[in-house]
Amino acid sequence: MTLTINRTGRKAAHSAPSARWRSRKVQGWLYAAPTAVIVGVLFIAPLVLVVWMSLNRWPLLGQATFNAPANYTKIADNPLFVDAVFFTLKYTAITTVVLSAAALGLALLVQDRKPGIGFFRTAFFLPGAVGFAAAALLFYGMLNNDFGPIDPMLQSLGITDEPVKWIGTPNMALFSTITLVIWRFAGFNMLILLTGLQAIPTEVYEAARSDGANRWQVFTKITLPLLRPTLALMLILSVTGSLLAFDQFFVFTNGGPDNSTVSMVMVVYRDAFFRFDLGGAAALSVVLLVALVGLNTLMMRRLR
Amino acid sequence: MSRYLTLSCLAVLFLFPLVWSGYASLEEPSNYLEMARFGEGVGTYATNSVLVSGMTVAGTLVVSALGGYGFARFDFPGKNLLFLATLAILMVPYATILIPLYVLLGYLGLQNSLVGLSLVFVMFQLPFALFMMRNAFEALPRELEEAALVDGCGTFRAFSRILLQAVRPALITVGLFAFLASWNDFFAPLILLNDGASFTLPVAVVSMTQQTFGAIDYGMLQAGVMVMAFPCLILFIVLQRHYVRGFMSGALRG
Repeated sequence: MTLTINRTGRKAAHSAPSARWRSRKVQGWLYAAPTAVIVGVLFIAPLVLVVWMSLNRWPLLGQATFNAPANYTKIADNPLFVDAVFFTLKYTAITTVVLSAAALGLALLVQDRKPGIGFFRTAFFLPGAVGFAAAALLFYGMLNNDFGPIDPMLQSLGITDEPVKWIGTPNMALFSTITLVIWRFAGFNMLILLTGLQAIPTEVYEAARSDGANRWQVFTKITLPLLRPTLALMLILSVTGSLLAFDQFFVFTNGGPDNSTVSMVMVVYRDAFFRFDLGGAAALSVVLLVALVGLNTLMMRRLR
Repeated sequence: MSRYLTLSCLAVLFLFPLVWSGYASLEEPSNYLEMARFGEGVGTYATNSVLVSGMTVAGTLVVSALGGYGFARFDFPGKNLLFLATLAILMVPYATILIPLYVLLGYLGLQNSLVGLSLVFVMFQLPFALFMMRNAFEALPRELEEAALVDGCGTFRAFSRILLQAVRPALITVGLFAFLASWNDFFAPLILLNDGASFTLPVAVVSMTQQTFGAIDYGMLQAGVMVMAFPCLILFIVLQRHYVRGFMSGALRG
């Protein structure tokens, strides 16, 4: 920002005529106008609308009627949502820990530019180029007991005797989903961490080694502290992404078994398009929005 | 050496699902024929996906290039406010504004429309794209533009003839991110499109698992996965450098 101010100051000084100055103002507005229209119509307006909708009985078809605060007070009576909150929090906690550990491990393994490292970086990232819904369908087939290759492989290795219920029990469904998420996102998070690792000057490592620090000391005393801003960014992205989980549960487990893997956003979707209650879905959206913006702000303050 | 052994085992684990999916889909080539006939025909869904991605990429490039230039080189009232409002899109979880967007697009006559969906994708891409493009224009030497202005070009001619050439790498990065996001997204089309004939590939292929009563054709499903994944894998491998630069230039700092 300061840069911009300096530059425009200089500009204004040497183009004295105010007509030219005014025309540059207008031109600036013209260049920014498409951005302003998109942001205004498709971002600011829906933000206002979601709050207004949450104050109304708003059926999918038909007239809206003001009914505040009924949409908010009934949230506590929505047992599926209450369960979904607990499930989503549990999923977020486990996923964030496992995903961060996996990404950090991968990043440390591929951080040095040695021959062939580029291939491994690409290999680890490649699942990230596949859409999440496509990845979920891939796992849906791969872990199928009749069609998938995993069960026969495990059995021929003598690890299991019979087909595993990959999405047949609540715990296995959670485990399988987290495996899918690690496969899809570990490389993406590895890339984030690599940008942080590469920003650490090699002199710092050399100095530490010449002071006689061993590998573990270098990792805990130098790498981790200097990586903190990048780790924080990864944590924020992972927590936000997990709290908003939808595709993996909608496509891969379909909320099952017995609604044990229904996430918060799935309840929003169901209330809107299966119970035709857009007002209720809007109220849930507002609650999620406020909670997440608050959480993000808090994490940015604390972690950075 | 043990590091390479670990890396190789991990690479096998990461690549195995992709290789298996490709193999399972090709095991019976008829999988692709059956998928081609599924629902409205895979051609319809693929065309929808191509249209949405094309419009998203084009829209994102046009809006962010114009805006990036405006933000980098001009000063106008409300500039900082608009920039902050655009970056705020990153702070607001996208799933929470899709319900009002569904209603809003209805007011605009763009419900169940590929154009409406593309505009929503452009909005979601904008914080990253505008940030990238503004930085790219700011990094250009002023002399480049001043020379063009002296030659009698207006600022728009200078912008379209000379400056756009100079920021091409940033345009490729922005376009790549916009393509991957719009091609792969599942939740926005699920909510904003409600008629089978306008479905994009992810929504259509997922509906294979959820609408068919009785046996799911898993081979056909993997053919669907491959049709969705293949363009992304190829694009990513070819344009990897540009993708990584998106990360490096602080795209994720929001």
